[in-house]
Amino acid sequence: MIFTIGLRELKSLFLSPLAWSILAVVQLILAYLFLGRIEIIQMYQAQLMAMDGAPGVTEIILPDLLGNAAIILLLVVPLLTMRLVAEERRNRTLSLLFSSQLSMTEIVLGKYLGILLFLLVLLVLIALMPLSLLAGARLDFGLLAASFLGLALLLAGFAAVGLFMSTLTQYTTVAAVSTFGALLLFWILDWSGQGFAGGNWLAYLSLFNHYKPFLDGIFDSADAVYHVLLITTFLVLSIHRLDADRLGG
Amino acid sequence: MSDTVLVEIKNLTRFYGTLQAVKDVSFTIRKGEVLGFLGPNGAGKTTTMQIISGNLAPSGGSVTIAGHDLLDDPRAAKSQIGYLPEQPPLYRELTVDEYLDYCAALNRIPRVQRRRARANAKERCGLQDTGRRLIGNLSKGFQQRVGIAQAIIHLPPVVILDEPTVGLDPIQIREIRALIRELGREHGVILSTHILPEVQTTCDHVQIINKGELVLNESIEGLEHHMKSASITVAFRRPPMVEALQQLPGVKTVQAEKDGRMHIFHETGHNPTDDILRLAVEKNWGLYEIRPGRLSLEQVFLELTSAAGDTVTTEAPTITDTLGGRA
Repeated sequence: MIFTIGLRELKSLFLSPLAWSILAVVQLILAYLFLGRIEIIQMYQAQLMAMDGAPGVTEIILPDLLGNAAIILLLVVPLLTMRLVAEERRNRTLSLLFSSQLSMTEIVLGKYLGILLFLLVLLVLIALMPLSLLAGARLDFGLLAASFLGLALLLAGFAAVGLFMSTLTQYTTVAAVSTFGALLLFWILDWSGQGFAGGNWLAYLSLFNHYKPFLDGIFDSADAVYHVLLITTFLVLSIHRLDADRLGG
Repeated sequence: MSDTVLVEIKNLTRFYGTLQAVKDVSFTIRKGEVLGFLGPNGAGKTTTMQIISGNLAPSGGSVTIAGHDLLDDPRAAKSQIGYLPEQPPLYRELTVDEYLDYCAALNRIPRVQRRRARANAKERCGLQDTGRRLIGNLSKGFQQRVGIAQAIIHLPPVVILDEPTVGLDPIQIREIRALIRELGREHGVILSTHILPEVQTTCDHVQIINKGELVLNESIEGLEHHMKSASITVAFRRPPMVEALQQLPGVKTVQAEKDGRMHIFHETGHNPTDDILRLAVEKNWGLYEIRPGRLSLEQVFLELTSAAGDTVTTEAPTITDTLGGRA
């Protein structure tokens, strides 16, 4: 049942030009950045060869590429998630889901699954770029796996926040703007309180601080748990919000 | 008509903040029955239907659908219901077939039976030739049919239709009504509307709701009885003074209209027809028309829903009735 909703959500995304244009734009920008990194490698190839324990290709390209990808997707994910519930509420199609034999949990998880599947497509497309280097270079698969796991968790968190924001309103733009605001806030939380010893808890909540270690190839279970907690929190909130729709009105 | 109770609603109430939209409403629907739910705008029709369909939680009272309590066992209860909201819940970007398949899946119809369920629903709603068209490109009437097809695809015992004929042309309205009648044979149907003739042509049972309260709960036959009001319409070539008729035993009020036509309101137990006939012959009033007065459903409706309840004025220019109490 969750899968049915998820697949329809994915299909609807691809029926609108939005999904295609997002895939295209993200791919174009990241490809440009990717090529920029390759250029750097080419320019400094000689020095790198001479260095002892020089950083590998993966190490030069990936953290930078995925760091930028995270920022770009921070802008893009709200556009994908905004219509999840808000549009259905606007078009009054939510009652189709409410009056069929589904629990709120199934509805929320179904919609979440739909967006995750789309993000997976996006992720695969991004991964194809570094993987294409396999044609002429050796890659550090450990770093590659850690980085993409980090990005995947991050995107899943973005999507959960976006889904929740979408359940709050019937205006897709409001959902998009508030998702973007919330995500950006989560991202820059560590900017304040850096001078104090006590201010660190804010920094600890920052999404960025739990994403960066992955890019360095460090898989810390605490970071993974942070993302999982974030996702669960927002999914539970979404379920409650939809339930309140039925109770309130 | 069988006697299986499909939906039982007891003391249903619903608040929106402090506004009580539905007040202590109770009724039942049996198999093979089409229930017409009438009421002015904002009377609580849609709220009641949303509650029965599980889209809205009631503030109090209980809804039992085919033996399953909607609050305790929502999944089982909802499987017995097909619901068409006021605005059909359609995904404009899907084709009719895709949409109906999705609805079938949401209603847990096993994969192998989905094709048949879809074909069946399409046939009943006259959608055979539209399967591959986008819902967004269909006309309003066809969209409405897709909405109905969605509600009956899993052959639920209870079908709830919220104003299904709004915005359709007369031919489509007739077709939809015929469809509703047909549905009423095998399913229990709840139909909300504010088009009164629709109730007379399609329903077995009528309920009028006003300001959240049920003010009438009658079978169509019972309604017919309501509509035979205690009045007579007579027309004379040489009309007498109103007082002459007023004095007859049992007559309450007489109202004169143009062309010697008069409405005579009498006590229910006492029909003055004989006296009028006799007098008319004796005094040579030139009686050329006499017929029992009938209230239209509009008048019953207005009488029951107007706050005063005593004075009723209809928009129809020729009839201005003053009804002494409820008919």
